[in-house]
Amino acid sequence: MTAAGWRTVEYLTAFLVGGALCAIGQLVIDGTRLTAGHTMVLYVVAGAVLGAAGLYEPLVRFAGAGAAVPVSNFGFVLTRGILDHLAREGWWGILSGTFELAGAALSAVILLALVAAVLFRPRG
Amino acid sequence: MPAAPAAPAGALRRLGQGSIRFRLPPRIVAGYTVVGPMEGKGPMAGYMDTVLEDTYYGERCWERTESKMLKEAVQNALRQARLQEADVDLSFTADMLGQLVASSFAMRSSTLPHVGIYSACASFAGALALAGMAVEGGFARRAVVAASSHHDAAERQYRFPTELGVQRPPTSQWTVTGAGAVVVSGEASDQGILVAEATFGRVMDMGIKDPFDMGTAMAPAAADTLVRHLQHTGRRLEEFDLVLTGDLGRVGSRVFLDWLEERHGVSLDGRHSDCGALLYNPARQDVHSGGSGLGASACTVSGYLLKAMNRGLVGRVLLVGTGCLHSQVTHFQGESIPVVAHAVTLERPGLAG
Amino acid sequence: MASQTQTRQRQQQADFLQFARRRRPRPSYLKNALWAFLVGGTIALVGQLLTSAFMALGLAAQQASARAAVALVFLGALLTALGVYDELARFGGAGAAIPITGFANSVVAPAMEFAREGYVFGMAARMFQVAGPVVVFGVAAATVSALARWLITGGMR
Repeated sequence: MTAAGWRTVEYLTAFLVGGALCAIGQLVIDGTRLTAGHTMVLYVVAGAVLGAAGLYEPLVRFAGAGAAVPVSNFGFVLTRGILDHLAREGWWGILSGTFELAGAALSAVILLALVAAVLFRPRG
Repeated sequence: MPAAPAAPAGALRRLGQGSIRFRLPPRIVAGYTVVGPMEGKGPMAGYMDTVLEDTYYGERCWERTESKMLKEAVQNALRQARLQEADVDLSFTADMLGQLVASSFAMRSSTLPHVGIYSACASFAGALALAGMAVEGGFARRAVVAASSHHDAAERQYRFPTELGVQRPPTSQWTVTGAGAVVVSGEASDQGILVAEATFGRVMDMGIKDPFDMGTAMAPAAADTLVRHLQHTGRRLEEFDLVLTGDLGRVGSRVFLDWLEERHGVSLDGRHSDCGALLYNPARQDVHSGGSGLGASACTVSGYLLKAMNRGLVGRVLLVGTGCLHSQVTHFQGESIPVVAHAVTLERPGLAG
Repeated sequence: MASQTQTRQRQQQADFLQFARRRRPRPSYLKNALWAFLVGGTIALVGQLLTSAFMALGLAAQQASARAAVALVFLGALLTALGVYDELARFGGAGAAIPITGFANSVVAPAMEFAREGYVFGMAARMFQVAGPVVVFGVAAATVSALARWLITGGMR
């Protein structure tokens, strides 16, 4: 397969899987009493559990950003961080590893929120 | 000397539990409304006095905006009535902010004695009835009644930060950004639309828990108050040109009309309108079930209804303000939503019966 | 006496709840799901493009993905600050809420909103008002799951 052909499949898979995960979430919100907030929690927990079960990593390898962009990935990288540290440092890793991979996004969001709050006014 | 409005023969002032008839009906001398840009693009925009260009009105936060709107509605209502504050004895105002701060902060620059009222979105109707009692009872020469709500101030207090991406269900309503004020007078020299009768509502709770479905929650209260009003006043529905509910919205109105017909045997038969549904154009404005908030009834009455009645388009209207009495805390604690509805009969002077 | 009134009240409530439920308008399930699919898919696509771009700069897959995530956080924050993310979410629904851009929106929006009450007690204190549950339950679930895996696999990664 040519380089360009490989790329297209990548992008298509990302689009389809990412879209599907969001569509499922939408159906959950519309069809049950769960709110968007509940659904996000469900997704992050699912990502964490599937990550520990070894099922999320294959999904990421298959769909790339399609699995890495939804908030379920947050749960996955939290689990991943803890497992890495457990292997490296033993029991202490259960606490020290949590934000190893997720830390960058968290730091970024806090700093950006701060800047946005200072520079911008809500439009309503 | 202008004749005092005729009182029904053998008139009792207390008609039943919570229902009153004014022997010498107080007159609504003047009204004034201040509404936001969205309301300024709605079907009743032409009847509103001040339309804001943006949601901030020059203030640094929306709470101050709501307060400013309420203050200006009160001041301008007095101006329209050609009155000074010294000519008025009482003010009853209501708003949607916690601890009624919009009212307090609005009235701190006024010399009028003030009482804050809270019946959620039924406040304007309730305050109108109370002001009528104060005036007709001779306890006040005149009283100002005003209520306000602001969409963004309400949103950030009751629901979500305004820039948060949320999708609302079809039953949800859009809080009206608007303040409406009227001057109610018992002075013989003052003329205007009559506040003829009123029925205060009972707090009801039909088990609805969804704060995004308030119209449905309030429907039974509106029905209960309407039925009690008819029973106590002895009026037939045909005597009213219009039954105007506060903010049931389109969804709540459907539930209200059906519930009224099937459980109370009362058919409104095309005689019903809802302030929340009237304020916006559903085809062009994304308000789902319609408008809600104290501003809905306050602005519809102070802006549109007074003008329509003064022009003779409508003779007798039953205003049924409806309100949801929950808070964010009670919602998260799993409680259902208690509701209330207050009714006021408004009449053009000179109507028979 | 009191229990009779209570029973009657509960019966009335049950009656009304059923009455109301029959009249409750349903959301357009298909339309909403479709829009969520399109919006969510597009954001994932953008994420994939960013990941490819970072890989083209010589980074390994995981590192590129991490940087793409931060780039999306920046995008979500920017659109929130400009006041357009909520417009996107009106029709995008879960398609705007579930991607990491939605996570950024859920932190930046309260920060902007509550800055009115000051930077300490407003913005900073309430910044995680919406996203808090995701972090809290994410950490809890990850810790329990990782521990379970570690114990079950006898200490293997």
